[in-house]
Amino acid sequence: MAWDSGLRRLMMIYLPLGCFVLILLFPFYWMAITSFKPNAELMNYREHNPFWISSPTLAHIKHLLFETAYPRWLWTTMLVAIGATTLSLVASTLAAYAIERLRFRGSPYVGLGIYLAYLVPPSILFIPLATVVVQFGLFDSPLALILVYPTFLVPFCTWLLIGYFKSIPYELEECALVDGATRLQILRRITLPLAVPGLISAGIFSFTLSWNEFIYALAFIQSGANKTVPVAILTELVTGDVYQWGALMAGSLLGSLPVAIFYSLFVDYYVSSLTGAVKE
Amino acid sequence: MSVTTLSSPVLPQRQPNWLVRLFDYKPFLIAMCLAPAIGLLAVFLTYPLGLGIWLAFTDTTIGQKGIFVGLDNFQYLLSDPLWWGAVSYSVIYTGIATFGKFALGFWLALLLNNHFPFKSLLRAIILLPWIVPTVLSALAFWWIYDPQFSIISYLLVDVLHWKSSNIDFLGSPWPARFSLIAANIWRGIPFVAISLLAGLQTISPSLYEAAMLDGASSWQRFRYITFPMMMPILAIVMTFSIIFTFTDFQLVYAITRGGPGNSTHLLATLAFQRGIAGGELGEGAAIAVSMIPFLVFATLFSYFGLARRKWQQGEAND
Repeated sequence: MAWDSGLRRLMMIYLPLGCFVLILLFPFYWMAITSFKPNAELMNYREHNPFWISSPTLAHIKHLLFETAYPRWLWTTMLVAIGATTLSLVASTLAAYAIERLRFRGSPYVGLGIYLAYLVPPSILFIPLATVVVQFGLFDSPLALILVYPTFLVPFCTWLLIGYFKSIPYELEECALVDGATRLQILRRITLPLAVPGLISAGIFSFTLSWNEFIYALAFIQSGANKTVPVAILTELVTGDVYQWGALMAGSLLGSLPVAIFYSLFVDYYVSSLTGAVKE
Repeated sequence: MSVTTLSSPVLPQRQPNWLVRLFDYKPFLIAMCLAPAIGLLAVFLTYPLGLGIWLAFTDTTIGQKGIFVGLDNFQYLLSDPLWWGAVSYSVIYTGIATFGKFALGFWLALLLNNHFPFKSLLRAIILLPWIVPTVLSALAFWWIYDPQFSIISYLLVDVLHWKSSNIDFLGSPWPARFSLIAANIWRGIPFVAISLLAGLQTISPSLYEAAMLDGASSWQRFRYITFPMMMPILAIVMTFSIIFTFTDFQLVYAITRGGPGNSTHLLATLAFQRGIAGGELGEGAAIAVSMIPFLVFATLFSYFGLARRKWQQGEAND
């Protein structure tokens, strides 16, 4: 009986779960293994087992770091992601505080409006935004990306932070008000410190979403040196008819690492705020 | 969206008391707090959205101001087989990918809702496809779909001997279309699974206990408890998913750029090709604007279609 239910559990839960994990992770395994394979092995499945590396090499990574502008692209992407995240966090913290804690007539509508902004997809906006960016003289400048990314980061973070502010008891603020604290002091000394977990998750989300962004970076940045990693790999590394798969996969792997490391440091915040945001 | 415009007066001399009192004045504080967010959204979202709709009615090209041409762009699109192709592929792409993501994502969520060791680690690992930048994982798929060195072909031909020749994944229209859909489903599963898992965990176990006492089978418990209880969350997650799948750009641009023979263009990639690469801003904007009716329809359909069921459930929430 027990053995029977154990087998059933194996077939109904562990086996399908194993298949899911295998399929979901395989592209990363393939990406990683390709990055360290010498070209000879890469194109020869007859003599080498494609799923393993016989003589691993760092040639692709060396090529990427020393013979292309890859470090520069990483740096630009980092700069853009940090800039956009900072800007969005400041703007959305203040907005969420005003909407949730300062309560005014119409605050639900402002909240709804900001939320609806999240539903406007970038692929509808990029053409007019390109002309706006040109008008402001920001074409080909990473600053344009820092200013434009908040359009999808602010709605998301505001939404997330409203939930966090909601969980902080009003009594704390009221006590402080009675004690004669100004509203700014309350925000700085009481509300913000209590909302730190929310700020961290909003920050992680913003950082990963900025790192991920593609269409704006593709449309607004022209010169090779100012490109972000996703765009640069696709437009600068893919050359000619023979693709350098080793270098391409190494570029993808290195480009994914910062987000993956950042994510793994805060994974609990990430998962709980994702599930929390959906439960709202 | 309500836009609160405010002219923040230039603050005179440094008078701490006066300043502090100003910030304690609630309407002023509210305005100051909302200003950065609303300012950014007004300049880089609301204004471009309006500008985009205006551009769609002009013949603007890059470097040249256009004039109003009425519905010309849209009339042209209606007679353009490429636009019709992009519309039909966008609908197919969204339909099949959404179905796949939700079927598999729901299944994965149900699996993850069981108790087993290393559960949180597994949950963290499973989110990876969603964290890693789409273009970078798309490149991995591009390599997996390579006509000569595809690892899938290797498995099917050399290891399992199921097929006699390599599959040309991206070389002809339908295989290319389905290859892209498969990559999109792969990327979407984690988000759907984790979101639905959150929903599953809110369902009270007492409902299942009661059903078990009444002798409900596991399928009946799924059909009459899990599924209806999940409707509200399904409605939200699906609405999001449909909007972002329909307007997807990265995956197609990275893997096929609309090829072979323009067979895998989504409306977004076609808009990019015409508007930015081709310089026809007006026409590109018209293609982008033509997505709006589909989006509104899909949103209303998924949201109200599913939310209505929730309303029919009445007081089912405990």
